[in-house]
Amino acid sequence: MTKTQSKQSARALPDGLSAEDLKLMYEAMVMTREYDDRGFKLQRQGRIGFYAGSRGEEACQIGTAFAMEERDWVFSSYRQAGVALHRGVPLQAMMNNLFGNAQDLVEGKQMPVHYSSCHHHFLSISSVIGTQIIQGAGCAIAAKSRGDDCVVLTYFGDGATSSNDFHSGMNFAGAFKAPCIFVLVNNQFAISIPVSKQTAVEVLADKAKAYGMPGIQVDGNDILAVYQATKEAVERGRKGEGPTFLELKTYRAGPHSSSDDPTRYRSQEETDEWLAQDPILRFQAVLKSYDLWDEAYETEVRERIQNQIAAAIKLAESIPQPSWETLFTDVYSYETQVLADQKKGILEHEQGLELTNEGEFPL
Amino acid sequence: MMTLLQAINSALHEEMERDDRVVVLGEDVGVNGGVFRATEGLYNRYGADRVMDTPLSESGIIGAAIGMAVYGLKPVPEIQFADFIYPAFDQIVSELAKMRYRSGGDFISPVVIRTPYGGGIRGGHYHSQSPEAYFCHTPGLQVVIPSNPRDAKGLLKSAIRGEDPVIFMEPKKIYRAFKQEVPEEDYVVPIGPANIVQQGTDVSIFCYGSMVSVVQKAADKAAEEGQSIEIVDLRTLYPLDVETILNSVKKTGRAIIVYEAPKTCGYGAEIAATIAEKAIEYLEAPILRVAGLDTPFPYTLEYVYMPHPARVYRAIQDVLAF
Repeated sequence: MTKTQSKQSARALPDGLSAEDLKLMYEAMVMTREYDDRGFKLQRQGRIGFYAGSRGEEACQIGTAFAMEERDWVFSSYRQAGVALHRGVPLQAMMNNLFGNAQDLVEGKQMPVHYSSCHHHFLSISSVIGTQIIQGAGCAIAAKSRGDDCVVLTYFGDGATSSNDFHSGMNFAGAFKAPCIFVLVNNQFAISIPVSKQTAVEVLADKAKAYGMPGIQVDGNDILAVYQATKEAVERGRKGEGPTFLELKTYRAGPHSSSDDPTRYRSQEETDEWLAQDPILRFQAVLKSYDLWDEAYETEVRERIQNQIAAAIKLAESIPQPSWETLFTDVYSYETQVLADQKKGILEHEQGLELTNEGEFPL
Repeated sequence: MMTLLQAINSALHEEMERDDRVVVLGEDVGVNGGVFRATEGLYNRYGADRVMDTPLSESGIIGAAIGMAVYGLKPVPEIQFADFIYPAFDQIVSELAKMRYRSGGDFISPVVIRTPYGGGIRGGHYHSQSPEAYFCHTPGLQVVIPSNPRDAKGLLKSAIRGEDPVIFMEPKKIYRAFKQEVPEEDYVVPIGPANIVQQGTDVSIFCYGSMVSVVQKAADKAAEEGQSIEIVDLRTLYPLDVETILNSVKKTGRAIIVYEAPKTCGYGAEIAATIAEKAIEYLEAPILRVAGLDTPFPYTLEYVYMPHPARVYRAIQDVLAF
């Protein structure tokens, strides 16, 4: 023990991070992983309709999330559950979304994994690829025009770099010198399409040059590198120096979603090579070098998190479906005559049909 | 006295003065004051932070406006011609229209998209289209089309003060066609209610935008024959004022819808279906549509394509003779 302590004192902690921070980072990564594992299992068991996870991308999420402040904004894709959790979106709220139950913030109006929380500056997620990129740029332009000291992090994958909104988002943010950080999580696949088919450019970070902003490629499985690069980008944004493009190079260790079978388009050898770079295992080694990790800690963390998730699932599953009337809320800020009529129509003519959900999930 | 264009400009000035969260963005809207001059003077008065000249990208303009609205601003983006709105269709339909619903009311995006639309200006098919029906088919959007300066100013103010997205389509053919007395004091025209331009007992004609003056000419000619035409200016296409439409049809027993978009699946079809569903027993004649043709919008022969007072007049005679 004495020996380890001296080792720890000899090795300085990373800039600006306490031992407590490192453990928080680690636990947030484990939470993201465990949440994902359960999400897929729930879908396989037929208890929820759909799941899309982020296995292997935990460092990209927690490293970036750790580098921003509460007042900052997140415009994410559907593969950033860890960012939402780290920003404080309650686990129960996220589980309620997976089940689409009556306590779900959006009352089952969206598919699972499409989270939303205005309070946490976490924009409602779209399934359409890339649309949030230009919206994030717009948000950053708005913040700048108001003289506010906040930045926007917009997350997307390698497939989204081919979208119109990637181009317009990068271009608008560059032209307006907006405090926007473009976080490209290059997990190397857009469903089955590898990056090599997505673009002829060798390093995606090079695209930044065309928009007049710095582009930095980072090892996306090294959480401290991700954190450091994001922190610098956030500081640039706050100082009025404009946007930054971060390419976090990682690997989508799982399928695109619960509807996908990756064995159709990639080999197990390739996946295994990347699994050796698992960001959680790598960070475990770092923590160990600071004497912040041992088997007992690991067991305690895993058990604590698994229990939290199990409790959230139990509660979410016990909450009934939203009432049918909620179909008609939040289309507009008021009820239109057409919607009032259609609601009345369901009430009068279709209630007797006993419409049921057969519990089948075709996706 | 103001033209429709001056009324739009005046509404923008007053709303930007009233609420510093109102911002204008688009192509050439700043220093240049807009290609039609609708945003004239805003840049000098409110500066580049609130009147933003953007890069040339319609999806970018609308996507950025959504991000601004989510942040708490009240963006009024301009799409220079409605014909150029299609690159932004995804942002409008997938994002703008659904933001409130998909976030359970947690995020709202009260963006007011101003866009000049319609033919009669020798603009060919890329400066003349009437794409209103696409947007009426998208829950979450409100679609507003004024036909005169007074309504234009009052409706635009309502749109900017509201919490829901609006597609605000401006009939550019009549931007400068006539002047009208517009109240000096602050006023709004609510989104929703139609306006009965003139009462009549024989035929109801439903129309909007630049078609209102076309219908007026046909109705005037019919009046010479002793035929009494009721003209209903819808003003808001979505949500539609069904009650006013049905009350009018119940009175006259005959309905004609006039619009300049291609006839098939145009907005007239929705009105015809609504009347058929709810008031068919009152009808004395088939419901007729006088509309644009199912061709791309032409250049030289646009006067043949567009509903002409003579075509409207003929439809009046047809429903009366049935």
